[in-house]
Amino acid sequence: METIIILLVGILTAVAIYLLLSKSLIRVILGTAILSHAVHLLILAMGGLKEGTVPLLGEEAESYVDALPQALILTAIVISFAVTAFILVLAYRAYQELGTDDLDEMRGVNDE
Amino acid sequence: MNNIILLPVLIPVMVGILLIFLRSYGRTQAWFSIFTMAATAGISYYLLEKVQSDGIQRLDFGGWAPPFGISFVADSFSLLLVLTASIVTFVCLMYALFSTNKLLQTMYYYPSVLFLIAGVNGSFLTGDLFNLFVCFEVMLLSSYVLLTLGGAKRQLREAIKYVVINIVSSWFFLVALAYLYGSVGTLNMAHLSVRVAEAGQGPLLTTISIVFMIVFSLKAGLLLYFWLPGSYSTPPVVTSALFGALLTKVGIYALFRVFSLIFNQQPEITHAIIGVMAGLTLIGGSIGAIAYNDIRKIAAYNVVIAVGFILVGLAVSTPNAIEGAIYYLIHDMVVKALLFLLVGTVIALTGTAQLHQMSGLMKNYPLLGWSFFITMLSLAGVPPLSGFIGKVLVSEGAIESGAYILLALSLLSSLFVLYSLLRIFKNSFWGETIVGKEDQVPLNSRFLVPCVVLVLLTFGIGLGTEGLSAYVTDAAETLLNPEIYVDAVLEGDRP
Repeated sequence: METIIILLVGILTAVAIYLLLSKSLIRVILGTAILSHAVHLLILAMGGLKEGTVPLLGEEAESYVDALPQALILTAIVISFAVTAFILVLAYRAYQELGTDDLDEMRGVNDE
Repeated sequence: MNNIILLPVLIPVMVGILLIFLRSYGRTQAWFSIFTMAATAGISYYLLEKVQSDGIQRLDFGGWAPPFGISFVADSFSLLLVLTASIVTFVCLMYALFSTNKLLQTMYYYPSVLFLIAGVNGSFLTGDLFNLFVCFEVMLLSSYVLLTLGGAKRQLREAIKYVVINIVSSWFFLVALAYLYGSVGTLNMAHLSVRVAEAGQGPLLTTISIVFMIVFSLKAGLLLYFWLPGSYSTPPVVTSALFGALLTKVGIYALFRVFSLIFNQQPEITHAIIGVMAGLTLIGGSIGAIAYNDIRKIAAYNVVIAVGFILVGLAVSTPNAIEGAIYYLIHDMVVKALLFLLVGTVIALTGTAQLHQMSGLMKNYPLLGWSFFITMLSLAGVPPLSGFIGKVLVSEGAIESGAYILLALSLLSSLFVLYSLLRIFKNSFWGETIVGKEDQVPLNSRFLVPCVVLVLLTFGIGLGTEGLSAYVTDAAETLLNPEIYVDAVLEGDRP
């Protein structure tokens, strides 16, 4: 199970990096969103995956899932949500001001 | 347990939230935030004294004893930085009170600054690695806002770069955290220190430590500083001053903490890499500082040089070098804020950032000129100013451990700092006066007061080194002997 998840993390990361390296700003932003999903899965896999059990179930429970990675992921999701929201607004504003969403052209726009 | 440790984070957050509702009253917001910073400074001084008398202070949130809950840990090192950060912000906000325009003041400028400070103080005080990530993000999100406030084209363009780079570095941070949790099963710093010491720092842990190094180097501007000059030279003056004084320092703090407390078993690999990176940073920063004619760029590259210098102290890691690095860290926070404020004032007065378009400012504004002169000497490390003691101790440490290349680079970089600032001084302050006394833009004394306060502070730190030395020695001792920190957090009963 862990292996599959790790492979999935790898694929997501590869996709994200491909998007990050593209010229269009909106693709870069999507790239950052996918990047954060990849790492959330990685954290989940690092806590150890067990099928069909719940986080904590009394002291007699035979197997339980480590709850800490889930707490970490929840925090990380909130943060990445805030950052993505911010960068989307930033991208829109930059598009309005600079008149382009192409990162190459943006470099050419000189100071006011 | 000491609940007061939370206040340097809690007060800025609470006041920041309050100020959101006072949006249209720019002045009121400014005074509120200035008083907040004064209160924070007072509290951190009280805590610093308390640490001297009672040892390291700790706060376990919700009563969950470490390593199970999140805790805040305050030792001399973190409190010295919290104190300096609060004082520097206090002075910068005094400058902001008169310099930022009305529009900026009513666009949540002060709440953003306060949230930034909360993030910075939280990063200094936290005792949990994941919590460090959270505090980093609080700080970064506020810095994104501050960087883009004003919405000039240049700002937006640099902000996109800055935000994307920081998202990627935060990603690396999470990856490193995930691997670390997977391999040692804890994220409490003191507990990590114990676990890593027990397991021995094998190749896996060393690799993880290098991922952490990349993350913190990006934040600190150690070698990976390519984003720094652009983003630090575009926002309004006060923002650049705050960034120059605080943001990179948080990265440096994290490097010091992580590589002295947790990954301290294989200095021949990790500290050697830091040494190489610090050397290259010194070279790159020096070249950048003399390459540009834009005075804000020159100031930004001076930040880079200082980062290199401070990390020479960590790379060498002798008691003298660590002490010197702490002195220099405190000095640099004060003087970099001062440098950016002075540079900003010069730009406001002349209306240009180009070195060759200004001349003879000394005649028009003597006090400004002399402040700049003192800043220059302080950055170059001339006694009795604050840069001196740090440079001496770091150099002494480098000699003791035979790191002669780093020694040579760090001393040469001082010359480059001096030269780059002398260029500004010679071109803009000396020479023919272009503007007559009658036509000069009047320099409001309220701009100058914050600068003079910082000048006095650099004198104060330089002359009062003796008074500071007790705190710095204690801070260095805790950094060099991780067991002091570990014992204070886990209280002997190591799980």
